[in-house]
This record gives sequence, C-alpha cells and structure tokens, in this order.
Amino acid sequence: MVYTGKVIKYGDNVDTDVIIPARYLNTSDHAELASHCMEDLDKDFTKRVSKGDIMVAGDNFGCGSSREHAPIAIKASGISLVIANTFARIFYRNSINIGLAILECPEAVANISDGDTVEADLDNGIIYNRTTGKEFKTQPFPAFIQKIIENGGLIETIKKGELK
Amino acid sequence: MSMTMTQKILAAHAGLDKVEAGQLILVNLDRVLGNDITSPVAIKEFNKIGVDGVYDKEKVTMVMDHFAPNKDIKAAVQCKMCREFCNDKEITHFYDVGRMGIEHALLPEKGLVVSGDVVIGADSHTCTYGALGAFSTGVGSTDMACGMATGKAWFKVPSAIKFILKGKLNKYVSGKDVILHIIGKIGVDGALYRSMEFCGEGVSSLTIYDRLTICNMAIEAGAKNGIFPVDEQTVAYIKERSDREIVAYEADEDAKYDEVYEIDLSEIKSTVAFPHLPENTKTFDEIGDIAIDQVVIGSCTNGQYKDIEEAAMILKGRKVAKNVRTIIIPATQDIYLKAIENGLVKIFIEAGCVVSTPTCGPCLGGYMGILAAGERAVATTNRNFVGRMGDVTSEVYLASPAVAAASAIAGKIADPAKI
Repeated sequence: MVYTGKVIKYGDNVDTDVIIPARYLNTSDHAELASHCMEDLDKDFTKRVSKGDIMVAGDNFGCGSSREHAPIAIKASGISLVIANTFARIFYRNSINIGLAILECPEAVANISDGDTVEADLDNGIIYNRTTGKEFKTQPFPAFIQKIIENGGLIETIKKGELK
Repeated sequence: MSMTMTQKILAAHAGLDKVEAGQLILVNLDRVLGNDITSPVAIKEFNKIGVDGVYDKEKVTMVMDHFAPNKDIKAAVQCKMCREFCNDKEITHFYDVGRMGIEHALLPEKGLVVSGDVVIGADSHTCTYGALGAFSTGVGSTDMACGMATGKAWFKVPSAIKFILKGKLNKYVSGKDVILHIIGKIGVDGALYRSMEFCGEGVSSLTIYDRLTICNMAIEAGAKNGIFPVDEQTVAYIKERSDREIVAYEADEDAKYDEVYEIDLSEIKSTVAFPHLPENTKTFDEIGDIAIDQVVIGSCTNGQYKDIEEAAMILKGRKVAKNVRTIIIPATQDIYLKAIENGLVKIFIEAGCVVSTPTCGPCLGGYMGILAAGERAVATTNRNFVGRMGDVTSEVYLASPAVAAASAIAGKIADPAKI
C-alpha cells in the first residue's frame, strides 16, 4: 500500500482532547466527529485538509483518553496516514484496530515540513519526501499486526476467524 | 523465569509458561468494561461481528458515568443505546443512574476486580485496578467490541519500570502527590508502552486509595499499566467485596526492568501540575499567587470517600472564597451516602460548596462545571490539557484533595499545611 499526500504537521504531545474535544463525544457519527477534528489546536484544519493528506507529528501523538473517536475523526477527515516520532499506546492500537495507517519514524518527522508532499510505502517501510527528495526507512509492522491492517481492522479479522 | 509481575499475569492468561517483552499474545479477559461514550461505538462494531451474545454476561460491564445523568439529548440517545444493548444481551453488570458511580471507583467497590485478573476497559483510566494487583489497561471501542464477542484481546507484552518506594508520606501528602511527583520526574511519555511496577517497604504505608490514585494516573506517564504487589491491605479490601479467589502474582527476583527509581515517600511534598501537561509539576516553594475561579474535588482519580473526607476536614467550619465555585463529586452512590450520613455534605454546603451526584462531568469538560475563557480551576482530576475543562484559554491545575480544599478557601492555589 502506497500513500501520497500533502503534509499537515504538528508538534509533540498532541492529545486526544484537542484531536476531538469531549464536548463532541455525545455522538459517534464519523462525519460529525470529522467536522470538529483538531478544532482546539488548529481551527483551520477542517478547511485546509484534503482527502489523502498525511499528518505528521512529534512525540507521544494521541496521548490522553482512549476515545476511538480520535482516530475515527482523523480518518474521516480524509487523512490517509499519520507519521509521528512515537504514538501514545491506546491511540496506536486504536488506529490499527480501525484501519488508520500509522508509522513511527523520527528521522522522517525531523525532515518533513508542513506543506511538503510525501509518499509512504507501508509494505516496504519507505517514506519519500517528494518536495526535498529525501528518503527514510521505517520498521515494518510485525506479521500479526500486518494481518489486522490487511484485513481492514480487528472486526474483519475476527469475522474471518483469524484472531489467533 | 525473569518475568515482571505484569508479564506473569499476562502469561497465565495467554496459557503460556513464559512471555518476553515485545512478544504479541492473545489474552483471556476476566472483565470487559465500557462507559456511555465509548460503548456506543463498541456496540456498533460488536453488531458487525455477527455473534448473538456476549462471551460472558457476568464479565461484560457498562457504566453510565461520563455524560450521565444525561447532559443533553445526544447523551440521552447514547445511554439509551447502551441500556437497550445490555437489556437485550442480559448483561448483569449494567450500572445506570441510581446505581452507577464513576467506573474506576465503582468496579473495585463492587468487588468486580480481584488480584490476578486481566481487565480491559474502553476508558484510558482502566489502569486504576493495578492497585489491587490486577493487570488492567485502557483500550478503544473496537477492542471492547472484540472483547465482548470473544473474551480475548491482543497485547504486546510490555517491559517495565520499577519504582522502589520507601518511607512514609507526611501529613496532607497523598497518593496524588506521589503520582504527580513521578510524572514530573519521568514525563508524560516517560513510561510509554511500559508497565510501572511499584514495590518496596513503603508500599505498606500507602492505603488502597492512595494506590488506586497512583495507578489511575499511570496512563498520564504513557504507561500500559501501573501495578502494586498484593499485601494484607489488598486482601482485606477485596475480601469485604468479593468471594472470588485472589491470585497474588509476584515479580521474579531476576525480573528485568528498563529503569529503576527509588522514591522516598517522606520527601514528597504537596505537588501541583500546571497547564497544560501533567508533567508540568511544581511544589509550593515554586508557586506564587495564582488566583482561581473554580475547584473540583472528585473524578476517578480522587473521588473516593477518603478524598472527600480529607477535603471536608479542611473545609470544616470555614467558607470557600468569594467567587470560587467549589464542586464536590463523590465518585459512587455508596460514597455519597456515607458522606451524607457522616455529616460531610453538611460541612460542604455550610462552607459554600455544591455537592453533586456521581459523574465524570467537569473532568473532561462535559458538563457540571465548564470554564469560561481565561478562567482557572484547581481540580483533583487527571488531565490539564488545552480546553480539557472548557474554553481553550481556560487553565486546569491538577492537585490533591487537600490542596484543592485549601485553594477553595484561599481563593488561590494554596498549601494545605498553611491554611
């Protein structure tokens, strides 16, 4: 799977309260959640995001609450992939479970700027910054997690009887 | 065997003799928890799986606590969805308004978690039950859905950080100060993906309630779980509430830890986390005059009877400062009733506080105490992120019940030892 998109970049410790504030958790509608995505950190996010864009961030992305509404809002807003130095653990597993592509690669994060165009090849673990011409290698996911992502999430994996 | 306490519990629940950090395993679950915010998403996912019922009607648990009693029509719809699901699936442990409390105070109180259990909850503060020697951790709604259907969850076995505790806490210093001190030291991602294992002779001086508060905020250091060894206090607490067998796991003597910290409890001072991260901690020698508009005493972190009582003892016979709205939220119905019977509610009302039915409400900016632009609150809650309790320019200062009560009286962030 190869993702190509324009980068929207944020800093460290982007928490789930700014990704989707709790005042909007009285719904689980994906489009409605997406309409408030990143609102308390970047009120222009919903205006500037386009389908396929790639979100890039620093350390501990998605820290805080376990709300799956956070990766759902990001995915439903059109973001195809999140690249960060590190992810908070619940956000990490939620993203895998709902099929939002994520990659950890501090070297890439340090060399990607807001507005760059980036290509990411998940199968081979390669991130290419088209704007600067630089390429970075990441660790591919273990087979167990690859299988969940390939199946389109945890629910599909269970339906196929492949959670073993 | 070289396993940490956490690894031993996980190995036993995966049917393995040994596990190692980094290994991916499938684990059998003793309890699967959700609340009124995360369960609706889980129910939608559960319905896609195509199974008739949940894996165990006794083990699936739902608590209506975040926006309940319903804060608005949308919240009412979400609670209704949970209620109908639980009725339809004949789920025993469904806690609605009148029976509910804040989930992480309620489950230990009702004896729904015992030492040695593996618990997942679609709420990040599910890590609280490590205080009872259980492995418990927060997950998302899809994990909850799969847990409800299959009784299993996937985990990457964590490595651990060891915290050796010694000494005893001073007056007005409690579990909240211990965990804020630790987060200030290691940072909000200091324990990322890892276990925080507490041990040492200092453990016995900490009450179960101190331990619950400490484990509750392990997630605020990024940890997968926090866990305490099982001792006489743990056994006494559980035996009053459950007939289930207590399984006390112990870390192997040669267990490997990524890092080891020694913490002298007698050196910990009252600690406050400044906006907008729980790691921004200060002690009173570094805190100037910071005027406040609101105090919240409650939440899954500090809504236990002991917490409410500590605040009441400071507020007794005093008045809260003019213009400081002071909101007291006992975490469960039992705690609320005990606070009424023992005269604590009278103390609060006479001091000018308001006392609410159990709810998570203000902690996450839901309702029951939202902050306007530029307002400041001292709260015994767990997060002080941007916009957490209201407007994006409002500020939350995290502190113990003693500091919160003293601050309500002083009208500014105040040291309980000096009130």
